[in-house]
Amino acid sequence: MRKSFRLVSVAISTLTLLSVVSIATVNASDESVIKEGKKIALNNKKGNCLACHLITGGGEQPGNIGPPLIVMKARFPDKEVLKAQISDARDKNPNSIMPPFGAHGILTADELDKVTEYIYSL
Amino acid sequence: MKKMFTLFALLAISLSTIVTVHAGTPAEDTEALRGYLQKTLGSKANLDEFINGTYALNEDAREQWMEIEEFPPYEIDLEKGEEIWEKPFKNGKSFASCFGDDISGTRAKYPYHDEEKDTIVTLEGDINKCLKDNGEKPFKWKKGNIAAVSAHIAYAGRGGKIDVQPKTKKAIAWYNKGKTFFYSKRGQLNMSCADCHVYNANKKVRAEPLSPALGHPSHFPVFRSKWGNLGTLHRRYGGCNKNIRAKPFKAQSDQYKALEYFQAVMSNGLVLNGPGARK
Ligand code: HEC
Ligand code: HEC
Repeated sequence: MRKSFRLVSVAISTLTLLSVVSIATVNASDESVIKEGKKIALNNKKGNCLACHLITGGGEQPGNIGPPLIVMKARFPDKEVLKAQISDARDKNPNSIMPPFGAHGILTADELDKVTEYIYSL
Repeated sequence: MKKMFTLFALLAISLSTIVTVHAGTPAEDTEALRGYLQKTLGSKANLDEFINGTYALNEDAREQWMEIEEFPPYEIDLEKGEEIWEKPFKNGKSFASCFGDDISGTRAKYPYHDEEKDTIVTLEGDINKCLKDNGEKPFKWKKGNIAAVSAHIAYAGRGGKIDVQPKTKKAIAWYNKGKTFFYSKRGQLNMSCADCHVYNANKKVRAEPLSPALGHPSHFPVFRSKWGNLGTLHRRYGGCNKNIRAKPFKAQSDQYKALEYFQAVMSNGLVLNGPGARK
């Protein structure tokens, strides 16, 4: 009985350890993805999001054509919906001035994923 | 069956442009544009001031600009324009042989529709026509001598009013061509002129406030600090097309002539105040 208890507790602690380790690695890669996404979003030959949106920590003198990109998770709990907005704003507003970043190949699929991760983190 | 399908497809395409462009006479369109700008810009919308572009709406920028206008950067070009104007061609004639000696009303005549040739005649077009008719080499279209002579004529015509009235069927077709261009999305960034200069006038792209479309043709040619020299309206059109990653058309192409014609009609009644100075 005691033996089996020990076995279980070892198993549990190993599991805990494993999950801690795996969470840590996910966090580390998340952060580098967000960092890359930020670079792409702010690069004026790529996302150039500051041309139209205020982004906290994004840069000086943002444009004001679009709404500020703040508390994104509250407004876009579903990351896929956020990605769709960035990929092709015309789905929601056919006459949108926002460039269709995915649909017109302004950003690659990979760049679009990274920008979404960054914006989602704001 | 196939023919029928193409017909439907064409119909669908033309319908969708009508929806975004709105069918209207020049007078109705002008009313609609003015009403829209008045409504969205509120008390700031003194339409007569729109000949000053973004400086009509922007106090700080306006003050800086008025200081610049005290020693205008286009002054040297005006001197150059006058020199070119007066210098005889090889045949002994000069520009006055084409435009007359009194050019105070010349700027206000352009652009106009030539019914016989069914084309839009621009001031720059007639400057080069004058050169060619007299056996001289025409100027390049976007800057340099052409802008200097255009500035000389614009300056003499300051205080006149924009008055461009498409009356015939053919003239209205040119007007509609320009209007469609103005409201159509283009380029990789998928934007229309109206997106920036109507729907978002006075909003900022990064640090730059957008001028309203009304009054755009009043003050050209413009000395733009970013260019470091004087440029024509069609040069500016090309720049705005490039910015949205659309292939620019050539200066004095039918597309840009139609666009100038449309923009002039929209600006009817506004005072001519060229040449201008911009950031
Ligand atoms: C030329 C202007 C412009 C640019 C550049 C632009 N946007 Fe937008 N954006 C808008 C406008 C305008 C809206 C408002 C909705 C609409 O009209 O489509 C908007 C809406 C959004 C929204 C929805 C916000 C909400 O609260 O509903 C998100 C998210 C967004 N933009 C992200 C981005 C990202 C990320 C970039 C850069 C990769 C970007 N935008 C670049 C103009 C722009
Ligand atoms: C992405 C936004 C954008 C689009 C789209 C755009 N422009 Fe512009 N345009 C600007 C900016 C920014 C300026 C410089 C600030 C100003 O004067 O408005 C400018 C300036 C101008 C000027 C000079 C204004 C002046 O007072 O001297 C003209 C004329 C003009 N644009 C015409 C057009 C036309 C015609 C189109 C369509 C073919 C167009 N623009 C499309 C952003 C845009």
